[in-house]
Amino acid sequence: MAMHRRKVLKGIAASGASLAVLKAPYVQAQAAPMRVGFLTVKTGPLASGGLQMEQGLLTYLKDRNNMLGGRTVELTTADTTGNPAVCRTKMQELVERFNVSCVLGPLAAFEALAIDDYIRSSRTPTLAVAGAEDLTQRKPNAWFTRPGATSAQPSHAVADFAAKDLKLKRVATIADDFAFGHENVAGFQRTFEDAGGKVIQKLWTPLNAPDYGTYISQLKPDLDGIYTGHAGSNGLKIMRQLSEYGLKGKLKVVGGFTPIDESLLQQIGDDGLGAHTGNWYSAELDFPENKKFVELMRRDYKVDPGVYAASTYLFGEVLDAAVKAVGGKVEDKEAFQKAIRAVKLQNSVRGPMHFDEFGNVVGNIYIRRVDKVGTKYVNAVVKTYPNVSQFWTYNKDEFLKNPVYSRDNPPARYLER
Amino acid sequence: MQWQFWIVQTLNSVSFGGLLFLLSSGFSLAFGLMRIPNLAHGAFFMLGAYFGATVVYFGGDFWLAALAAGVGVGIVGIALERFILRPLAGNVQGQVLVTLGISFIIADVCLLVWTGDPWTVPAPPAMRRPLLVAGFAFPTYRLVVVVIALVAAVALYFLMERTRLGAMIRAGVDDMEMARGVGIPVSLLFTVVFLLGAVLAGAAGAFGGPILNAYPGLDADMLPLALIVVILGGAGSLLGAFVGSFIVGFLYNFGIALFPDLAYFILFLPMLLVLVFMPQGLFGRAAP
Repeated sequence: MAMHRRKVLKGIAASGASLAVLKAPYVQAQAAPMRVGFLTVKTGPLASGGLQMEQGLLTYLKDRNNMLGGRTVELTTADTTGNPAVCRTKMQELVERFNVSCVLGPLAAFEALAIDDYIRSSRTPTLAVAGAEDLTQRKPNAWFTRPGATSAQPSHAVADFAAKDLKLKRVATIADDFAFGHENVAGFQRTFEDAGGKVIQKLWTPLNAPDYGTYISQLKPDLDGIYTGHAGSNGLKIMRQLSEYGLKGKLKVVGGFTPIDESLLQQIGDDGLGAHTGNWYSAELDFPENKKFVELMRRDYKVDPGVYAASTYLFGEVLDAAVKAVGGKVEDKEAFQKAIRAVKLQNSVRGPMHFDEFGNVVGNIYIRRVDKVGTKYVNAVVKTYPNVSQFWTYNKDEFLKNPVYSRDNPPARYLER
Repeated sequence: MQWQFWIVQTLNSVSFGGLLFLLSSGFSLAFGLMRIPNLAHGAFFMLGAYFGATVVYFGGDFWLAALAAGVGVGIVGIALERFILRPLAGNVQGQVLVTLGISFIIADVCLLVWTGDPWTVPAPPAMRRPLLVAGFAFPTYRLVVVVIALVAAVALYFLMERTRLGAMIRAGVDDMEMARGVGIPVSLLFTVVFLLGAVLAGAAGAFGGPILNAYPGLDADMLPLALIVVILGGAGSLLGAFVGSFIVGFLYNFGIALFPDLAYFILFLPMLLVLVFMPQGLFGRAAP
């Protein structure tokens, strides 16, 4: 049950007759499906994001007749259960037993860190959702590529927006107390304070805290705004409880790319109205590629795609270009990896994008505001920061000289007791 | 710290304590009577939360949802007691392990039916706006939960102290052999008390929905809290469950707010002290 093979060989069946007649060895080799491994989370608390990852990828493959760059895809999906140890086992199984040419996933930063060594030693091209900063910074992994964003990449932009456009001065931050939350908030704090704002309070909620009432009541009374870096369903929880404690309207709410995800937006509803979040994606993006994607997701799954679904759809677009670039010869890992890193798309689902020397994406970051259109809630794009890199506007070398973003780094200078 | 902090934290603690009382009162009575902790109790709570969320999702009234959750989980509870625990009578270890197994099964079924996405339960519309008193806001719904818990406490008190059934339950908790000896149908009591516990847990789950949401893992988050309440208060004691719930409510909220790094230490330390110095719990009467 753990490994689940999904073969859609329609493409082959359709072209099979002519191939059989040709009998050319080269063509036959090309006709063998390209094996792709997919690490997602189907059980446990991270399952909602994992489900969206699967929906996004299947949407892409279904739409392209199960082909990437001219080769039929044989997809092997593994459930990591959001557990680093299981993720490691599954990764090894994908590479050694299923002989995959590349791996998509995993979802969480701690999963990515757990398979970091193995990605290097097995030399497996890997496209990851996980945000863990250092995998594309101080400890770069040559086989690891991130088309979405690092944990803090969108935080920098939303911090700039909060300070300059919303003119916030005194802000509290609140986020999940784990690596992603720490990195996400650290990026916000740095840019926000560089732009003249002050983070006067930092609150951390345990990943599985059942209730945020205790934290919300600690908020200082004289704040201008609050920044949330909560991920998954915790985003829904924080938005609703802020409203229950009467803070909606009193405080400007800003957030990173996880708290107000399209997959939960209709449930967040009125509680989210007016909140600004920074993300590399919005279901509202006006590109034809995105309109098509949103339409397909609505048709097949009755939901708007959020950032997790968009990630794997984007993986499809990147892989498609890379497979084309190597003429379908994905079994040559070196060349394939090089081609992945060289992908430059003008019209991806997120707009223009390419990779930096560390394999991390350079692309637009969108500031989105929750609006109500008719009876539906949307993340309307109100501002675009073009071609944002993981280093924001900072000098790369200086950025890398600082320690990696963490709970207490950069140190908060303006905390008030 | 400002005065608002203390007031809001106190109210938070009281409302969380109320919820814990709904969860743990039935747990405590069943524990005291049957001598086994029902480790599926957290799963009952989660199941109640999902039942409630489902009824609300399909347009049902919130109170109807709580009722449905109580009845639905009650049915599960009766089935568990009659068909699984009963055949294992006398085998305490087996019974405890089987309740743990059942909790895993319920958790997996919930994941299958309600998926990994959290289900949110909106509070009834009238209680969604915060209550504003002298410029400070508190969620109305949480106060309502306190009232519900108090009503339940009074009702349970009368049940236990003023009815024949309550007298029989108390007799069973105090001395099962003697209770059997004077002709009290103890095995029927088991079913009744287990049912009561399941119904309360189910309803508590539905009432907890708007505060906690229904999500995979809710069972594992709540069960330890119920265990602490019962160990503090003493198994089988209604008063113990009541006092224990509010103690835990306060420890939990203030522990997290004031000493976040020590929150669980602060929560479990009193449990440890009670276990070492007063193994019966603060109000426990059950003979070992």
